[in-house]
Amino acid sequence: MAVQQTTARPAPGRTGPGREPGRRSIGPTAAGWIQSAFLVVIALIALVPILAIFVGTFQDGNELIRRGMTFAVDPTSLSLDNYVLLFTDSGPYFRWFGNTLLLTVAQVAGTLLVSAFVAYGFAMYEFRTKTLWFIVVLLVMTVPFEMLMLPLYVQVNDMGLADTYAVIVLPFLAAPVTIFFFRQYFLGIPKEILEAGRVDGVSEFGIFFRLVLPIAKPALAAMAILNGMICWNNFLWPLLVLRSPEKFTLPIGLNTLLTPYGNNYELLIIGAFFSLIPVLILFLAFQRFFIEGITAGAVKG
Amino acid sequence: MRQLLYSKRLAPYLFILPFLVTLAVFWVVPLSRSFVMSTQEVLYGQGTFIGLANYERLWGDRIFWQALFNSVRYMVLTLVLLVPIPLVLAALVNSSIGSARIKGFFKASMFVPALTSVVVAGIVFRLIFAESDSAMMNQVAEFFGFGPVRWLRGDITGLVALLAIALWRWTGVNMMYFLAGMQAIPSEYYEAASIDGAGKVRQFFHITLPNLRPTIVYVVTISVYGGLAMFLESFMLYAGNNSPNNQGLTVVGYLYRKGIEENDLGFASAVGVVLLLLVMAINISYLTASGTFKKEAA
Repeated sequence: MAVQQTTARPAPGRTGPGREPGRRSIGPTAAGWIQSAFLVVIALIALVPILAIFVGTFQDGNELIRRGMTFAVDPTSLSLDNYVLLFTDSGPYFRWFGNTLLLTVAQVAGTLLVSAFVAYGFAMYEFRTKTLWFIVVLLVMTVPFEMLMLPLYVQVNDMGLADTYAVIVLPFLAAPVTIFFFRQYFLGIPKEILEAGRVDGVSEFGIFFRLVLPIAKPALAAMAILNGMICWNNFLWPLLVLRSPEKFTLPIGLNTLLTPYGNNYELLIIGAFFSLIPVLILFLAFQRFFIEGITAGAVKG
Repeated sequence: MRQLLYSKRLAPYLFILPFLVTLAVFWVVPLSRSFVMSTQEVLYGQGTFIGLANYERLWGDRIFWQALFNSVRYMVLTLVLLVPIPLVLAALVNSSIGSARIKGFFKASMFVPALTSVVVAGIVFRLIFAESDSAMMNQVAEFFGFGPVRWLRGDITGLVALLAIALWRWTGVNMMYFLAGMQAIPSEYYEAASIDGAGKVRQFFHITLPNLRPTIVYVVTISVYGGLAMFLESFMLYAGNNSPNNQGLTVVGYLYRKGIEENDLGFASAVGVVLLLLVMAINISYLTASGTFKKEAA
């Protein structure tokens, strides 16, 4: 497993501070230390909101909403009350959690399968309208969903699909970014594999499912992570189409807690924190795949 | 059936069929209907043709122009922040000095904000930019010698909070793009420049920047889209689509207000069409500028 390799492995050509022949007035060691200190400070600033929300899980929710998050945390005011509340009387929280998990797993599986399927068509065959359709993929890829939200909302209402999980998933199964990524990956697979399959009498689809998909595991992993994170955090589209509280996902549910008249602020902060945990764990375990997946769009072939 | 499965000529079309169906059902049909609706007055699902009246109304709508101004202002400022800062950070990480372990920690920490949902980010920043004088940003303000600020009440201070969210969430991601681009530049270029006596700064401007052009164009483009389409950050920060004097209202927010909150579908469709045309124009000029059309056609 490639766990944690990215952080532990020194990048090629780069060793610790002070190994490079110096130039200019400040020595390489000094420059290295200044640079390291600077990077650490920036990193800590980036982590402040995450740490603040963690500390917030021990603070009184109403007080937090009224006075905001502060650097001057009173250690004596911290308690485990929110944890007790979350694990004894959390209302619908774990239902949201379960819904989100279910929806994420279903959507990731569907998106990987359908998008890889489509990408395979673009990568492995020559056909007349290929360029045209691929340019359409690129066009659709860069249009933000916000542009489509109203027409799509009207459309699915008329189709009678509102307030279903199907409608959250269906429009995004053939996901342009994922198609693009898989196409790049498939282009690097030698075509001899296909020919060998054909000689053995495997159908075109059999070749895809039985010969190509199994060797595309790294691409599948990167896209599973990327799509998993997107689904887990998905907010706008579910906000438009979900009506029944029992179908709410984590982002939708948490948003309902943030009302001026709310009385569930204890749950808001700890709930937000626990919604981060699965993604954080995945990130710590598979950092390389995260970065590969998220920066995938910039890779031009 | 057997022939279908084994035909090499038909197979590609069957493979891309799911995309074509998605495109037809969830893109072409809704968008065409939206174009039609933008020329209608829609009441209880019944549309009456009113020509370009919605567009005329849009042209004279002060709130729409305010929302467009807010979106464009936000987009320009995110470009100003989210291209140079990540670029410099990426150059620092890519430099030969410094400890690899610290750089690893730095990259991971910068990436963590991108993992949060806009809901969590909005909740935290709402509390960081709270009004009380003990709230984090007011403690920072006090440290620099000015009094407690009612951040979300003022236009500019509210914008600062929105930009802070953008900066927090996207600096790490953009840095990763640049880093990937930088690591693809052959090291021979730098070695040759070194031999010629070019210092680090000159190398950055004469080797790194020109070779990074495709990545920069890409990051600028996604930032333009992201900026123009911004809605949820404001929606979360102001705990809803209403902000003081509409200072946080964006074009998409206006679309949401008219189309979904007020169900004024004809007018909202016109807003959507204008926005879509704007984005498509940018999109096509980007794909032309980056040479994608030529490359794919070749």
